[in-house]
Amino acid sequence: MEYLKKSPWLIHYDGSSCNGCDIEVLACLTPLYDVERFGIINTGNPKHADVFLVTGSINHQNAHIVRNIYEQMPNPKIVIAVGICAATGGIFAECYNVKGGVDKVIPVDVFVPGCAARPEAIIDGVVRALALLDEKKKACQEAA
Amino acid sequence: MEIIWGIVYVILAPFAGGLLAGVDRKLTARMQRRVGPPVLQPFYDVLKLFGKENFEVNRLQFPFMLCHLVFMVYTGALFYSGSDMLLMIFALTVAATFLVLAAYSANSPYSFIGAQRELVLVLSAEPVLILVAAGVFKVTGTFRLYEAVATGNELIKFLPGLFLCLFYVFTIKLRKSPFDISYSHHAHQEIVKGISTEISGRTLALLEISHWYENIFLLGFIFMFFAFSPVLGVAVTLLAYLAEIVIDNSNARLRWQWTLVSSWLITLIFGGGNLVALYLAGR
Repeated sequence: MEYLKKSPWLIHYDGSSCNGCDIEVLACLTPLYDVERFGIINTGNPKHADVFLVTGSINHQNAHIVRNIYEQMPNPKIVIAVGICAATGGIFAECYNVKGGVDKVIPVDVFVPGCAARPEAIIDGVVRALALLDEKKKACQEAA
Repeated sequence: MEIIWGIVYVILAPFAGGLLAGVDRKLTARMQRRVGPPVLQPFYDVLKLFGKENFEVNRLQFPFMLCHLVFMVYTGALFYSGSDMLLMIFALTVAATFLVLAAYSANSPYSFIGAQRELVLVLSAEPVLILVAAGVFKVTGTFRLYEAVATGNELIKFLPGLFLCLFYVFTIKLRKSPFDISYSHHAHQEIVKGISTEISGRTLALLEISHWYENIFLLGFIFMFFAFSPVLGVAVTLLAYLAEIVIDNSNARLRWQWTLVSSWLITLIFGGGNLVALYLAGR
């Protein structure tokens, strides 16, 4: 399990949002922040991913997509909701088509606040989520 | 004595290959002015993959991947124990076939596209390897590697065209840009993760390990041309790998048509030309 902390591969999904957080997520990959320092890779493939990074709120059209991606990820896995939209629906919360935050469809481990969330905050969120892995692993073993 | 080198390869190649991959990633990061992951990162990745939940979409996927690994190890072991070059090339093809089968065993369009592109890559790379074997036979009169090297012929002098072709194909085999059309180490491409889209957990770990074995085998292939002088050989081999990293970082991905046509043209002109020249010179 030690090794999972050293090599978290993530998949990024954008719900309904203004794309601000997405740009910040991509900024994490740039030379300035360079998340690959921590072994973090943006895979784009749920079957390779350990960390599910969701930005933006959940609406009726993307709810099943988010659930589908989550279910395709092998255990142990972590979900991080990035930005205020992913946490509560944010500025879109009152829209007729918006359900709310990511926790409406899948269990979320870490909420990263911000509008848009800063790259430092996103990296911090991933690091904090990795600290939860031991508990996750125990839960997986009990379920098995 | 020869078999010992084969055993040394089987034991040490994964470590050397993993380190090579780590150094590769570090150098790539430095070229992009990033800090980059630790040199041991590939080992962390593979060990992590073994600890993940087992998610096989087809019960044949893991056995196929295991066969891929076994045949890749067999190929390298044949090479480093100085065995028959033709047998080696056939074993390499069988290994590639099992990888394609593993990808085809999943009912996923991305996996299918990856598998088809992998077949194109095999089609692009294989002629060169066979021509190299033919060239070595023409110069030394044997297909057995250690015997060929022991004849003392300086292969690079007789086979410069084939060496050029091999270097071209080296990029394909290392899965580097511009030829990383079936599977790339870099994230996010148009076919998700190509041939490995449906491969996860321990099966993906086997794929990585087999790639390490393959890389060390390929370095040996480059070295073979300079085997008359080990120091020069090691220098050229490392330089070739460094050149591959530079090429990887400075090229966009080609379309598969270009990959196939360009590699065949180069094989025909330089590889075929080299062999014709050898015949004309009466070697």
